[in-house]
Amino acid sequence: MSKVNKLLHHWLLKSVSEKAFAWLEHKQAQISSGAAERVFFTAFSAVPRYLGKQDLQLTFQDLEAAEDVIPGWYPGNWSVDQAGRTLLLLALPHDDAQGYVRSLDQVFSTADMGELVALYQSLPLLPHSELHRQRAAEGIRSNMSNVFQAIALRNPYPANYLDNAAWNQMVLKAVFVGSPLHLIWGLDRRANPELAKMLADYAHERWAAKRSVTPELWRPVGRFADSAIVTDLEKVLANGDTAEQEAAALACAESPLPQAQALLSRYPDLQSSIQQGNLTWNNFSRK
Amino acid sequence: MMYIDPHIHMCSRTTYDYLVMREYGIVAVIEPAFWLGQPRTNAGSFKDYFSSLVGWERFRASQFGIQHYCTIGLNPKEANNEALATEVMELLPLYACKEGVVAIGEIGYDDMTEAEDKYFCQQLELAKELDMLVLIHTPHRNKKAGAIQSMERCIEYGLDPSQVVIDHNNEETVEEVLGRGFWAAFTIYPQTKMGNARMVEVVRKYGCDRIIVDSSADWGISDPLAVPKTAQLMLDRGIPEEHVRAVCYENALAAYSQTGQMKASDWLNPQSIDQRQLFSGNSVLRGQEPGIKSVSDFVLIE
Ligand SMILES: [Zn+2]
Repeated sequence: MSKVNKLLHHWLLKSVSEKAFAWLEHKQAQISSGAAERVFFTAFSAVPRYLGKQDLQLTFQDLEAAEDVIPGWYPGNWSVDQAGRTLLLLALPHDDAQGYVRSLDQVFSTADMGELVALYQSLPLLPHSELHRQRAAEGIRSNMSNVFQAIALRNPYPANYLDNAAWNQMVLKAVFVGSPLHLIWGLDRRANPELAKMLADYAHERWAAKRSVTPELWRPVGRFADSAIVTDLEKVLANGDTAEQEAAALACAESPLPQAQALLSRYPDLQSSIQQGNLTWNNFSRK
Repeated sequence: MMYIDPHIHMCSRTTYDYLVMREYGIVAVIEPAFWLGQPRTNAGSFKDYFSSLVGWERFRASQFGIQHYCTIGLNPKEANNEALATEVMELLPLYACKEGVVAIGEIGYDDMTEAEDKYFCQQLELAKELDMLVLIHTPHRNKKAGAIQSMERCIEYGLDPSQVVIDHNNEETVEEVLGRGFWAAFTIYPQTKMGNARMVEVVRKYGCDRIIVDSSADWGISDPLAVPKTAQLMLDRGIPEEHVRAVCYENALAAYSQTGQMKASDWLNPQSIDQRQLFSGNSVLRGQEPGIKSVSDFVLIE
């Protein structure tokens, strides 16, 4: 059994009844030994009927174990039906990559909201990772907020597999729909000049409409700020509320441009709390 | 009084209907998969239709405080296009077990052709395999024979009568259906099916055990308020209140809650209604303010 399988098994064993667990194991065995596809389809839909929909009760150690197996995997907000559905996806024979993806396509294209969330959440755990890129990009286009979040937040798949265009769209959309950016795994690693430009343009649009932007918007911007963006940061430092000023200061601190460093030095309090490590992007994840 | 309309085709009704229905006390509806007035020409249409039953329609209803459930099946009329029917049968396992699906239905006979019988039986097998309820559509013509043959097939395929709802009954079929232990549903539908005054007499004569009232409202001239209106008529004409509650609420709940997909707590402790929520980018609202509570809000259209 794979490590992922083991963990999911272990967590479900302590969260659902013996009878429900036995049903799931029976279905896994049928599916992995090549049962007709309808066994997989019906079982996948039926999981909440047998397991319920309560949250998995995970400890800090459980979450660490998940992170050890797949960096970025965070099942802390998973429910038992989601874990059960993931086990069924993992049971599906996958030696034939095309056949495997075809089965997944069928499930995706007929899925209801709950099923879509489970499917997108489990992408980083599934075999043939590189074959799910289109699917992940599709999830980002969803207008169901919980489906979008299942792929964009607390999910290592996008950072590991999406190209820049799809990745940038995802981050921009997360800002647009008000998702907390610190939950996007790999955000700092995948920051890039195009994304910085897109985010700054978006800030301008919002300002033109007399609306504010989330301070987190500046997080992937600092390292790639050009002089136009530094001018934006200057505005935020001068006129923003405390959180916005802190974010702009952090962005300046991350910029290699002398212009940005000069700007930051005009705010010695912010500068020194960044230098002392009191002000970091983590301050925003606690809000 | 609270009502359930356990057979109504909401995809052909307006959002305004939901609003009025809620105001008349309807807390839950079941939308059986049926045909759409004209035959579908490919399986993709069925796929989108089934998806809307478990997706968009469920969401739209929830926006107006009504819990929406559905049944999934290939209807009798369209079973006669065998090439298409075969493809639809392959779709059913993808939908039958989704959340809020309370039965396989509505299936049964229309012309009582061989093809209808074949796909009816295949769907009974599916129901048995998945341990699901069945909702049976009895034919408009040759109704009595169709009802009897439907029930016999159910028994033949190992279904318990308590797991089968026979719908569109009338005075001619009710005794047979109740006598064999099945649930007997009645469609209050102008002209073609059961009238509400007749319904009052059926309940007076047969009591309230295993009898269910529904509207079957769809794109025809039909009334999405048929259940509450019939309940009112029963009360006016001296049917005891507990019998009215049984046939217009409790029996449907008892029958369909057997799947575990429908329970009173769904509407007694519902998740709060958020009309600003979007589904696939489409709001139910078209420029109106969220939070419309009552039809009287529409008296003045500004
Ligand atoms: Zn119908």
